[in-house]
Amino acid sequence: MYAFVTGPLAWLAFGIFFIGLIVRAVWYIRGLDWRADRVAYTEHFGAGMKGAFRSILHWIVPFGSHSWRFYPGMTILFFVFHFCLLFTPIFLGAHNMLLMERWGFSLPAISDTTGDLLTVILLVAAVFLILRRIALPEVRILTTAYDYLLLAITVAPFVTGFLAFHHVGDYHFWLITHILSGELWLIAVPFTKLSHALLFFLSRAQLGMDYGIKRGGMKGRGLAW
Amino acid sequence: MPEGILCNRKPINTKEDLHALLNDKSGKQYYQEMKELNVDQEALWATIQKSLKSRLKTWLEICAHCGLCSDACFLYLANNKDPKQVPSYKIQSTLGEIVRRKGRVDNEFMRMVMDTAWSKCTCCNRCGQYCPFGIDMGVMFGYLRGLCFSQGFVPWEMKIGSGMHRVYRAQMDVTTEDWVDTCQWMAEEYGEDWPGLEIPIDKENADIIYTVNAREPKHYPEDIGEAAILFHLAGEDWTVPSVGWEETSLAMFAGDWEGCKMQVESVYDAMERLKPRRMVVTECGHAYRATVVEGPYWTGRKSGQPPVETLHYVEWVAEVLRTGKLKIDPAKKIKEPVTLQDSCNYIRNAGLANFTREIMSHIAEDFREMKPNREHNFCCGGGGGFNGIGCYRTERNIGLKVKRDQILATGAKLVISPCHNCWDAIRDLEEIYKIGIRWSFLKPLLIEMAIVPEHLKPQEEAEEA
Repeated sequence: MYAFVTGPLAWLAFGIFFIGLIVRAVWYIRGLDWRADRVAYTEHFGAGMKGAFRSILHWIVPFGSHSWRFYPGMTILFFVFHFCLLFTPIFLGAHNMLLMERWGFSLPAISDTTGDLLTVILLVAAVFLILRRIALPEVRILTTAYDYLLLAITVAPFVTGFLAFHHVGDYHFWLITHILSGELWLIAVPFTKLSHALLFFLSRAQLGMDYGIKRGGMKGRGLAW
Repeated sequence: MPEGILCNRKPINTKEDLHALLNDKSGKQYYQEMKELNVDQEALWATIQKSLKSRLKTWLEICAHCGLCSDACFLYLANNKDPKQVPSYKIQSTLGEIVRRKGRVDNEFMRMVMDTAWSKCTCCNRCGQYCPFGIDMGVMFGYLRGLCFSQGFVPWEMKIGSGMHRVYRAQMDVTTEDWVDTCQWMAEEYGEDWPGLEIPIDKENADIIYTVNAREPKHYPEDIGEAAILFHLAGEDWTVPSVGWEETSLAMFAGDWEGCKMQVESVYDAMERLKPRRMVVTECGHAYRATVVEGPYWTGRKSGQPPVETLHYVEWVAEVLRTGKLKIDPAKKIKEPVTLQDSCNYIRNAGLANFTREIMSHIAEDFREMKPNREHNFCCGGGGGFNGIGCYRTERNIGLKVKRDQILATGAKLVISPCHNCWDAIRDLEEIYKIGIRWSFLKPLLIEMAIVPEHLKPQEEAEEA
C-alpha cells in the first residue's frame, strides 16, 4: 500500500497538479481578449507589465494594499495561514528525507519542533477562518458547503501528518491517510477554486494591466492598491 | 406574452418608437409588460458562451467568499451593512446564478437581476480595488447589464437613453440644428460682455475640439457660454463640431454596446473630419469614461486610444493654470473651506487625481480632502445611471448618505464637483438631507477668479477704466 501511494499514485497526483496548472494558465491567457476585456494588452505591453507587477507586489506583501490595511485581523490570519500552508510541507524534515532517498537531493529542512509548531499554528488559523465564516454576516451570506469542503481538503494533510508523526493510534493508518489526503489536495488544486494558487497571480496581473494601461497607469497614476 | 409593445428585446431605433416610450408616463405600461416578458434562454446562454471569457469566468469561479469587498461598497455601508449588499453576493446571486443554470432563468429572476444591476451597483469599480484576487464586480455588473439589455430587462429611463443615442446621437433629443443654434445664441449672449468671444463651429485644424454633455445645450446652455469665456481668456484656438459633439453615453449605463459604438463613432468621425490637435471634454465623468477610456475598444481601435489626444476638462484647466495661460487673482481665491468630489469615472477609472489637486492648489486657500479620497473615494451615490431611474429613487436616496457624511466630516460648505452626475447627486443630497452646502462646477468659479487681460476686459469695465 505504502509503495503504491508513494509510487504510481504520487506520480499521478503530482502530474495532475503540474499539468493541470499549466493547462489552466494557458487557458486563462488564451482567453484574454483585448476587445472584450477592453484592455490593450499587447499594444501597451510595457505599461501593462508594470501595472501587473505592482498589482501582485502590493498584495503579496502583508499590509501592502489599502484592503490589507483596512482589515488587519484578516490580513494576519490570511498571511499566517498561507505561509504555514506552503512553507511547512516544503521544508519539513521528514519530507526532505524522503526527497533525499528518492531523488538524491533535499532542501534545507526545518526541525521537527518547528514543523509541529507551524502545523498547530495553521490549524488554529483554520479554526479562526471557520469562525469568521460563521460569525460575520457579510461572510456567512457568501459561504457555501463547498468552501468548508475545500478547507477540509487543505487542512487534512496537516491533521493526519500530525497524528502520524506523534504516533497517535495506528501509525500506519495515519501515514497512508496523510499521503492520500496530500495527493487529494494536489489533484483538487487545478480542478477547484484552490486553483487560485496560480490564478491569484494571473488575475492580479490582469487587473494590474487594466489599471496600468487604461485606468491611470499611462497618466502616471499607478497607486490603485 | 412573448414581447410587449414597449417592453421588448428590440433596441429603439426610430423617433416613433422613442416617442411611444416617452409618452408612457413613468414607464407604467412598460413595467407592466415587463412582468410578462419571456426570457429567451437559448439566446441568453448563446451570448454568455460567446462573450464570457477567461477573465470573467475566472472571477466568478475563484471568488474565495472572503467578504473583503463588503466595506468597499458604499451601498453596503449606506444600507447598514446589509449582507445582501455585499458585492460578491450581488454578483454571485445574479450573473453567477445565470451561468450556473446555463441561462435557464425565468422572468421573475431576470427582474430581480435588473433591480440588482441598476439599483445595487453603480459600476464605480471600488470593490475591485479591495479584492485580493482583483475581482472587479463593477466590470461584471457592466457585463450583466449588457445581458439584461439584450433580453429587454432594462429600466425604462435606460431604454430611452439608449434610444436617444441611437436616434439623435445624444442622450437627449438635441438635433444638430438645436446644438448649432445654442452655440450661436451663447456666443451672442456672452459676446456682448466679452468682446471678441466666439464659439467657432466646424473649424478645421484647431488646437482644441470641445465636446459636451447634451444636458448643456438642453438645460444648461450657460455652461457652453462659460466654456467659451474660459477658452477665450486662455487664448485657445478651439472649435466645436456641428455633428459628433456629444460625449456622454447612457447606452453605456444601459448595457447597449451597439449603441455605445454608434455614439462614440460620431465623436471620432468629428475628430477625423476636423483634424484638431487635441480634444477637450466638458466637466462630465462618464462622458470621459465612455469616449476616451472605453470608446476606443467599442470601436475596435487596437491602440485603446481615441483618434486624437484627449483631455478631460480638469486636465485642460490644470494645464492652463500651470502654464499661466489662465491666471487666478490671488485676492479672489476661495477663502472658505472647500472640498472636492472625485468622480469614479475619471479618477479611479482613468487616473486623473493629480490634475484636480493641482487645480485646487491654484484656486483654494483651505482645501479639505474627503476621506477616503482620490482613487479610493466613494461614488457620489448617483453614478452608473442611478440618478436617473425613477423606480429606484428611494434606494438612490439611501445611497447618498455615505457622500453626505463624507462631506460633513470635511466641515466644508462648498463642494466642487467637476462631473455632471456627481453634481446632480450632491444637489439632490442637499435637497433631501439639508446639510447646508453649495456645489459647483469649476467653470463658474474660475470665471469669478480669473485675471482678465486688459484687451479682453468686458466692454463696460474697459470704458469705465
